[in-house]
Amino acid sequence: MRKPIYLDYSATTPVDPRVARVMCRYLTMEGDFGNPASRSHAFGWDAEKAVERARADVAALIHADPKEIVWTSGATESDNLALKGVARFYQNKGRHIVTVKTEHKAILDTTRQLEREGFEVTYLEPESNGLLDLGKLEAALRPDTILVSVMHVNNEIGVIQDLAAIGRVVKPRGIIFHSDAAQSAGKIPIDVNALGVDLLSLSAHKVYGPKGIGALYVRRKPRVRLEAQMHGGGHERGMRSGTLATHQIVGMGEAFRLAREEMDAEAARLKVLRARLLEGLSDIEEVYVNGDLERRIPGNLNISFNFVEGESLIMALKELAVSSGSACTSASLEPSYVLRALGRNDELAHSSIRFTMGRFTTDEDVEYTIRLLHEKIGRLRELSPLWEMYKDGIDLNSVQWAAH
Amino acid sequence: MAYGSKVLDHYENPRNVGSFDKADPSIGTGMVGAPACGDVMKLQIRVNDDGVIEEARFKTYGCGSAIASSSLLTEWVRGKTLDEAGKIKNTDIAEELALPPVKIHCSVLAEDAIKAAIADYRKKSGKDESVDAA
Repeated sequence: MRKPIYLDYSATTPVDPRVARVMCRYLTMEGDFGNPASRSHAFGWDAEKAVERARADVAALIHADPKEIVWTSGATESDNLALKGVARFYQNKGRHIVTVKTEHKAILDTTRQLEREGFEVTYLEPESNGLLDLGKLEAALRPDTILVSVMHVNNEIGVIQDLAAIGRVVKPRGIIFHSDAAQSAGKIPIDVNALGVDLLSLSAHKVYGPKGIGALYVRRKPRVRLEAQMHGGGHERGMRSGTLATHQIVGMGEAFRLAREEMDAEAARLKVLRARLLEGLSDIEEVYVNGDLERRIPGNLNISFNFVEGESLIMALKELAVSSGSACTSASLEPSYVLRALGRNDELAHSSIRFTMGRFTTDEDVEYTIRLLHEKIGRLRELSPLWEMYKDGIDLNSVQWAAH
Repeated sequence: MAYGSKVLDHYENPRNVGSFDKADPSIGTGMVGAPACGDVMKLQIRVNDDGVIEEARFKTYGCGSAIASSSLLTEWVRGKTLDEAGKIKNTDIAEELALPPVKIHCSVLAEDAIKAAIADYRKKSGKDESVDAA
C-alpha cells in the first residue's frame, strides 16, 4: 500500500493515465502542437479539430451544446467571468446579487469585489444540513436582482443543492442563474436544461484532468450576455481571449469523456467505500457527520471527532492525506466558515476532518484508515482535558472559559 | 505545515500526560484557553513543603505546538521553586521549540497555564501573600 494514502480528491485528483497519454500528443513537433486559431495551415486545423472534439465531450457531460462552452483557466476564472461578466453587462437592469454563505471563496471573494464596485449582495444562510431553504431564497429576491449563484456541490461537506428547484424559483423572474459545478461534474449527472442553469463553472482537475483548465457553460437559448474580463484577440466568441491551451483542453475533454462513461460505476463503488468508512468509524464515541448524508456526493465524508483538535489529528494521521476544517491549518485561527454557517459550534468545527475518496481509492485504503483513526483518536483523547471533563460528566457549555 | 523536530518529538512522545487529584492540597491546577479558540491546556503541579515542584502533569486539547509547549513545560518546572517556575517566559518555550510566528500563542498559553497553576496552589495553601510581583 502506498503511503500517505490520498483521501483528498476534492482538493484535486491525479490525472488519469489515459488522459495524460492523450495530452502528450499535443505538445511536441511530432504531435498536433499548432495554434487552434491558425487558419492558414494544417497545424492549426488539426489543433482546432482536437479542441472542438474536447468541447463536444465537455458539453456532452452536462447535456449542453458545444457552442455553449467557453474555455477558461479553471473554475475560479469561470466563477469570476460569470459573476463579474453578468454584473457588469446587466448593471443597468439592477445591481442586486444573491448567493450563499457556504460558497467557495472564488464566489465569495468575487462578490466582495462587486460590493466594492457598488453592487449589493445577499448571503443566504443554509440549513443545518447544508442545504438551501427555497422559501428563504424566494424571500431574498427583489425586482433589481440580476443574478443568483448557488454551488451545485459543496467542496467541504459534499452536499448537493437542488438546483432544479432553485431554478424554478429564479427563472420565472428573469434572473440569471449561475452554479459552480467544480465539485459535481463527473460525480453526479448534470443536465443544464433540467437544472435550469444559465451559467455553470467547470474544472478539469477535480475530474482526473489537468490543472489550469476549466470551462464556463454560457446558455444560448435564451442568450446570456457577459462582459469579457480578458481582452486580446476575441477568442471564445469574444468572451475569453487568449491562445487556447490545446493539450490542457484535450486533457479536460478526455477526462470528461471518461467521466461520462464511468460515472455510474464509479459512484456505486464510492458509495460502498463511504458507507464502509462511516460504519467503521461509527463505534467511536462522539462522532458527528457534517452535512446531509443522503443528498451528498458518494466520495465525501466530513466528520467531527469531538474533543480532538483538527490540526493535531492531521498530525497524527500523517499516513493519510486528508484536510481539516480547523483553524490552525491556516494562519487565520478561524475554524471552517462552512461548518460555522451550518450552525456547528466552534469545538466541532475545530474537530472536523474531510475524507474525499476517488477513482484510485481501494478497500485496503479504507480499512487502514479505520484502524488508524481508532488508534489515534484514542491517543489524542487521552491527552485531551475536554475528553476528561466530558467523561466526568461536566457540561462543557457550563464552564467559564478564558477566551484568548 | 512543517513542524520542527522538537515539536514532533514532544507530540509523538508527550511527557507527563495525566491528571492529579484537584482536591489534594499539595496540587495546583491551571486550566487556560477555550475550546472555541481551538486550544485548552490543563497543567497540574505537585508542590512539597519547601515550595518546590516535585511533579507536573498536563492534558492539552490543541494543535501539535500547543501539546509540545505544555509537554516541555512539565519537564522544565520539575525541581523548580514556585518563584522560579513563575518566571518561565513564553519566549523561552517558543525559542526552545522553534515555534513559527503563527504558533507563538501556544507558548503564551503555556506560560498562562503555569502561572494559573501556581496561583491556584498558593490560594489553596493560603500562601497568597507570597505572590511576587514578577
